[in-house]
Amino acid sequence: MSEPETIKKRQVKVLVWDLDDTLWHGTLLEGDTVQVRQGVPEILRDLDQRGILHSIASKNDAETAAERLRTFGLLDYFLYPQIHWSAKSQSIRRIAESINVGLDAVAFVDDQPFEREEVGQTLPEVMILSPEDLSDLLERPELKPRFITDESAIRRRMYQADIERNRAEEEFQGPTEEFLAGLGMRFGIAPAGEADLQRAEELTVRTNQLNSTGVTYSYEELDLLRRSPAHLLLVASLEDRFGTYGKIGLAVVEKAQTCWTLRLLLMSCRVMSRGVGSILLSHLLAEARRAGVRFLADFRDTGRNRMMKVAYRFAGFRELERDGDRLLLEHDLEAIQPWPEYVEVALSQPGE
Amino acid sequence: MDDRKAKIRAFLSRFFRQHELGDQEDIFALGFVNSLLAMQLVQFVEKEFGLTVEDADLDLDNFRSVQRIDELVARKLGVTGHVGA
Repeated sequence: MSEPETIKKRQVKVLVWDLDDTLWHGTLLEGDTVQVRQGVPEILRDLDQRGILHSIASKNDAETAAERLRTFGLLDYFLYPQIHWSAKSQSIRRIAESINVGLDAVAFVDDQPFEREEVGQTLPEVMILSPEDLSDLLERPELKPRFITDESAIRRRMYQADIERNRAEEEFQGPTEEFLAGLGMRFGIAPAGEADLQRAEELTVRTNQLNSTGVTYSYEELDLLRRSPAHLLLVASLEDRFGTYGKIGLAVVEKAQTCWTLRLLLMSCRVMSRGVGSILLSHLLAEARRAGVRFLADFRDTGRNRMMKVAYRFAGFRELERDGDRLLLEHDLEAIQPWPEYVEVALSQPGE
Repeated sequence: MDDRKAKIRAFLSRFFRQHELGDQEDIFALGFVNSLLAMQLVQFVEKEFGLTVEDADLDLDNFRSVQRIDELVARKLGVTGHVGA
């Protein structure tokens, strides 16, 4: 299951398309009545459902090309389309940076040998394809993700929501609090279900700053914790008026008779300016107070998570023990911070 | 010293809806201080006043208001022998 892979297989996360004579037949600016290549709409839809994103690197007129894609009902599939006259290697580099993936996670399809060579030489990590490769593209292992979670199918929409959200935040004039209050945030807290485990594992691996210990948990370990009566495994999610952020937080609590210990608390860096981490913490503190137990928390200094230490201390934790880079903290459960009234919090019971 | 408070107030006013924060006003009671802001506040104090916020200083009470932050800075600068602005 989670055996270490000695050879890291390439996993394509973004497919970058040329347009003329690749995505469609014909050359747009020569006045051709272009027609979408057979099988392309199916490829776009199928990969999109797998959570693989699409983009464009085309030397064309941006308006005209976008208009044509809209007519075909395909425009929405593409993130950060690069339709201009710069080198395609530059376009691909920009796409990878915008989506925040490595170049080895990008594939590029183009009918022109010149363009394939330019990209291949400048960015040797990129997987290069020609239109002939499209016929069996959906069967290639590089385009079959190891995990398909319920977030895969909405990944593109999450990126699109993020693009709009960031634009709104940049354009917003006024204090941060005002902006947050207008987001209409809904924060969900739920016991982890089986369908959450892959994302939960990914969060333990990828979250650095708001991570209390840096300890990673495998799918199997998380599954055991989920079933253990002596543990609480909670998953947090967030959405706002722009759309969902998906599953963005995780808490592992060990429940002994008279004392609960928060073994891990993490929040994705995508939400660290949203103030929702303290909501999950306040929820746990309130639960512990109701259960009449002490509340402890592990902290390990990883060199990258000072923000989490500040968050714990500002939430009212004090140091109980210190052993090198490991701390044991305790909260006296007297003052528990409230959360802003503009965030709606939804708690789910097990099995929901 | 008022100069120092003005700097602290100017930093905080970028975040809060209420523009004129009083010296004693509890910023945490407003329910809005998120992790990023908390971290930025600690880093602001360190950078602006040239000091290091130690684990022992990371007490909510030291950062609760303009007044408390100013007192923390004064104490830190006093202890390390520097003279405040």
